[in-house]
Amino acid sequence: MSKITQIEGKAVPVEGNDIDTDRIIPARYLKEITFTNMGKYPFYDERFDAEGRPKGHPFDLPQFAGAHILFVNQNFGCGSSREHAPQALMRFGIRAIVGESFAEIFAGNCTMLGIPTATVSHAEMEKLQALVKAKPETKFTLDLEKKTLLSEGKEHLRFDIHESKRNALVNGTWDSTGILLANAGKTAEVAQKLPYVNGF
Amino acid sequence: MSKGTLYNKVWDAHVVDKLPTGQYQIFIGLHLIHEVTSPQAFDMVAEKGLKVAYPGRTFATVDHIVPTKSQARPFADTEAEQMMGAIERNVRNFGIPFFDFNSGNQGIVHIIGPEMGLTQPGMTIACGDSHTSTHGAFGTLAFGIGTTQVRDVLATQCLGLDALKVRRVNVNGELKPGVTAKDVTLYIIQKLGVKGGIGYAYEYGGSVFDNFTMEERMTVCNMAIEGGARAGYVNPDQTTFDYLKGRKYAPGTSPEAMAKVDEAKWQKAVAYWKSVASGHDAQYDDVVNFNGEDIEPIVTWGITPDQSVGVNDKLPEVGKFSADEVKTVELAYKHMDLKPGSPIKGTPIDVAFIGSCTNGRLSDLREAAKVAKGRKVAKTVRAFVVPGSQQVKAAAEKEGLDKVFTEAGFEWRGAGCSMCLAMNPDKLKGREISASSSNRNFIGRQGSKDGRTILMSPAMVAAAAVEGCVTDVRELMQHH
Ligand code: SF4
Repeated sequence: MSKITQIEGKAVPVEGNDIDTDRIIPARYLKEITFTNMGKYPFYDERFDAEGRPKGHPFDLPQFAGAHILFVNQNFGCGSSREHAPQALMRFGIRAIVGESFAEIFAGNCTMLGIPTATVSHAEMEKLQALVKAKPETKFTLDLEKKTLLSEGKEHLRFDIHESKRNALVNGTWDSTGILLANAGKTAEVAQKLPYVNGF
Repeated sequence: MSKGTLYNKVWDAHVVDKLPTGQYQIFIGLHLIHEVTSPQAFDMVAEKGLKVAYPGRTFATVDHIVPTKSQARPFADTEAEQMMGAIERNVRNFGIPFFDFNSGNQGIVHIIGPEMGLTQPGMTIACGDSHTSTHGAFGTLAFGIGTTQVRDVLATQCLGLDALKVRRVNVNGELKPGVTAKDVTLYIIQKLGVKGGIGYAYEYGGSVFDNFTMEERMTVCNMAIEGGARAGYVNPDQTTFDYLKGRKYAPGTSPEAMAKVDEAKWQKAVAYWKSVASGHDAQYDDVVNFNGEDIEPIVTWGITPDQSVGVNDKLPEVGKFSADEVKTVELAYKHMDLKPGSPIKGTPIDVAFIGSCTNGRLSDLREAAKVAKGRKVAKTVRAFVVPGSQQVKAAAEKEGLDKVFTEAGFEWRGAGCSMCLAMNPDKLKGREISASSSNRNFIGRQGSKDGRTILMSPAMVAAAAVEGCVTDVRELMQHH
């Protein structure tokens, strides 16, 4: 599996605290039994009116087209555990998310898809969002080894990321099935010792 | 660092390994699946050429997309029918027990686990659904997970998880009449915030929890996730054991004679369950204390579950919030079309929804029926009751609750999630505003992107239904 150490690209800001996964992807799109089409739907109800015309959401503004890094505020991805939310963002083109804080299940789901969730302070995020609005062409580099965010190749700020998530990404172990499976023997031993597994 | 808590004991008993990432590989004792978050996971297992490692430890049901008016197949909604077909195929191919419509045990995944005795103290539980925290009411560590993690549990019966901190949340004293477990959980979220629990498991305790029934404990643990805590639990006690004894999958229950319990086996299980409870000398990363007497019937007014007030309070001024909350507060007032400083009581409602994994159990329906009995749903309100499971439905009908509701003008439906998230035909239309016993008031949650939700207890929903507006249920209780 690939090691993820650097993510480069333009950024797109989506402002607001407590943006829940129902807003990231409305439940009606969860009726599809594959993730294939999810890239069409992120923030659907905030992006389009009843006739399907764009309402001017950042995801549809030409200056942010092709952005790989998403700038968000507090508690992003709260609510439903639906992996459809990071799937939708990823399939839309998002490779990394920088925010003030993330809901736990969402951040875990992102890591499993190879998407880093990096955190910065409120003041720093306000500056980043202002910068990208003023200069949308700015090229950012998220360096997971150094935990720095560079703009136009120059160090801009340091970010935090949950250490186990960072390790999984930089070591290429974010798709965890293989690692867990390698411990099948130990798993059986643990199961053996649990009274309820063996009917007491 | 917490020490000697149920969290520590259950976690330690299930650690398979410390992973190179710093996460822990945790054995999952019970895996529950439903139709929405599992099909992609089964596809991934098949694509990798893997098997389901412990098929006897996964149980399946259908709840999110099922229509509640008629469950005849094929469903009118072709996407829902396709999704139903996928789970039927997957449980057959992978040998997983399935509680479908014919089983008599179908229902919301977090309601059927406990009611069949699958959920037992000391277990680790996972389900591709954030409200898996519900099962913590039994003294389990129960985690909501995403679909790729569902794949991991299917393929390995394990998850890679980060260790959590433990916050003890005490509610002592007594609740006032008319105040319910739903009000307690909304109160805790109001006080600690929707992000307050990030990184924590909540251990709920104190005299209010000691006195709660299992169904009340489930209502509180259900909404731990709305406070940001991935898991919430109550230590197991006699109330827990009494609830479980004789249930279909509980220790010592024999499938042939469910009434007869193998006492020796049962006692062994109880002894084990007692051993996993937090010790008197347990240490917590944080402790918070609340008084039961301070809690009023609570209703939400905004778009996150912590935007709530006592039903007799005025809506908060925007200036009362911290600078970083203001944007969400302004968005909430705009979306809800409510005004700071005005009362919430008297706000007209269009729809009344009683159900969900928070409040779709028998005791919830009983409380709502007490209010509905002998009254009529207001002409302006569309009201319906959706039992959380086929078993709840059958038990309610045996008591005649269905008649109480239908005579009052509520529709009586089949079991499922229904308008909690509106993936089935039950939806708000346009700007409709609902009084709802569910758990999320997010924008768009109930099926219309402009629709609005006011969360409250099931008895309060019944009161709102008959009065046509947000009402303090205690006023109706006095007149009865
Ligand atoms: S009732 Fe609502 S919250 Fe509960 S599982 Fe169903 S959709 Fe999720």
